[in-house]
Amino acid sequence: MYDTVIIGAGMSGLAAGIRLAHYNKRVCILERHKMVGGLNSYYQQSGRNYDVGLHAITNYAQKGTKTGPLSRLLRHLRFKWEELALVPQIGSTIAFPGVSLRFANDIALFESEIARNFPVQIDGFRKMIGELIDYNQIGMGTDGGSAREFVARHISDPLLTEMLFCPLLYYGGARENDMEFAQFCIMFRSIFLEGFARPYQGVRLILQKLLQKFKGLGGELRLRAGVTEILSRNGRAEKLLLEDGGEIHAKQFLSSAGWRETMRLCYESGKTQEQFPAGRLSFVETISVLRHDPKKLGHDRTIVFYNDSPSFVYEKPDSLVDVRSGVICSPNNFDYAEPLGEGMIRITALANYDRWASLDEKQYRLEKMRWYDRMIDSAVRFVPDFRNQVIDTDMFTPLTIRRFTGHENGAVYGAPEKKYDGRTHLDNLYVCGTDQGMVGVVGSLVSGVTIANKYLLGGE
Amino acid sequence: MTNEEIRQAVIDILSDISPDEDLSNLDDAAPFRDQLQLDSMDVMDIILELRKRYRVNIPEDDYGKLDTMAHTVEYLKPHLS
Repeated sequence: MYDTVIIGAGMSGLAAGIRLAHYNKRVCILERHKMVGGLNSYYQQSGRNYDVGLHAITNYAQKGTKTGPLSRLLRHLRFKWEELALVPQIGSTIAFPGVSLRFANDIALFESEIARNFPVQIDGFRKMIGELIDYNQIGMGTDGGSAREFVARHISDPLLTEMLFCPLLYYGGARENDMEFAQFCIMFRSIFLEGFARPYQGVRLILQKLLQKFKGLGGELRLRAGVTEILSRNGRAEKLLLEDGGEIHAKQFLSSAGWRETMRLCYESGKTQEQFPAGRLSFVETISVLRHDPKKLGHDRTIVFYNDSPSFVYEKPDSLVDVRSGVICSPNNFDYAEPLGEGMIRITALANYDRWASLDEKQYRLEKMRWYDRMIDSAVRFVPDFRNQVIDTDMFTPLTIRRFTGHENGAVYGAPEKKYDGRTHLDNLYVCGTDQGMVGVVGSLVSGVTIANKYLLGGE
Repeated sequence: MTNEEIRQAVIDILSDISPDEDLSNLDDAAPFRDQLQLDSMDVMDIILELRKRYRVNIPEDDYGKLDTMAHTVEYLKPHLS
């Protein structure tokens, strides 16, 4: 019998698996798909490598840094800093009408940009950083109320407020227009204080390293092993039923499937915990392969967060896509020793899951083409026009996200309420990943490690 | 195990946890937390490694006693002799 069975081989499941296998637990990860990674994955099309999910890894820290989530994570996964081969960003921009704020992996640049563009606000901004930096980063936060209320205590200019929220919501907002204070502190630190990086080979390198480590420690991975039910008795999970009709027993279970998704596995249909609302926020992403490196077009920004009016709306749109705002990521624009070669530009925007889900196959293909064009048209208002450079394209929609994360509504960042303590109604069933309250690659890995440490590595 | 062997065993664990760390100048009397920036999760890691390698079971109430190298060696001595 297994000590622990983990549902889902995304970042959090793999990290938890490594911790458990390292301490000689018999552990098996069940993954519904034929590949690991969940939302953060990769594929080949027409001989090209594409990444899904990750634009950049947040929480960048230089080699030798001892504190912060990345350093802690490397210690707990027993990785050397070099193994993830993280290359820092060149620099990113938040672009709103008439104002742009640049930032990089050093808060000094962002502070000077704010001081220049919002001179009255800089003292408040610095005080705000002072307050949030002390906030618990371990990943066991509690709901500390609204981030907007916290920011309003320090910053009075509504435009600056929107510009600060835009990147944080896009990279981790599970709620519409606001964040929990705890989430805000984690996200602010991960993006503005620590910053972005990427391995030259992208997310595949990270997944390969994780998998190698997990298997090297004796961990088992079963692909194409979807779970259909968690059976329990006397308040304890007993076994899992699998799609292929098999079943699997374990002493403890860890689910990275999401809170509602996990609850649904626990009950017969119709008895799900509807009082716990589902996430509503989903994205589309266009991928444009360019003939040349975008720097040749004068575009050297790593990430551009754009919004075309002074107020920023982070909501499920009524239309298929909300093209008013978005995120433009260029994987070429990290500080690599060697350039990547072909250019790549990925653009993410808010989308409506239900609208995409209601299309038939022909409409779906048509709408993808239509909205690809509209999104690029919107984005080139904020970056050099790259449209005549495009040699290949791809696009994913909320349905793609639904397929690879299993999250209802294709909700990238899961449900709006987080389960920070990772516990469920069953004694030996825990949750990790997005709905435990951690987002991003580093956040997801930290979630897996934290829950494994707290509950699954206890007494024999 | 002699005191020196126990100390080396702990050093081996620390260097696995923090491979980039230079442990040659470790001050045995000063807290790990201050010298190596180890947090409570790291301390737990040391305890788990001791259990894995030497089958030493340390009750949760005693975790605080492993704050410096000197205290750790002293604590482990009866368990490892």
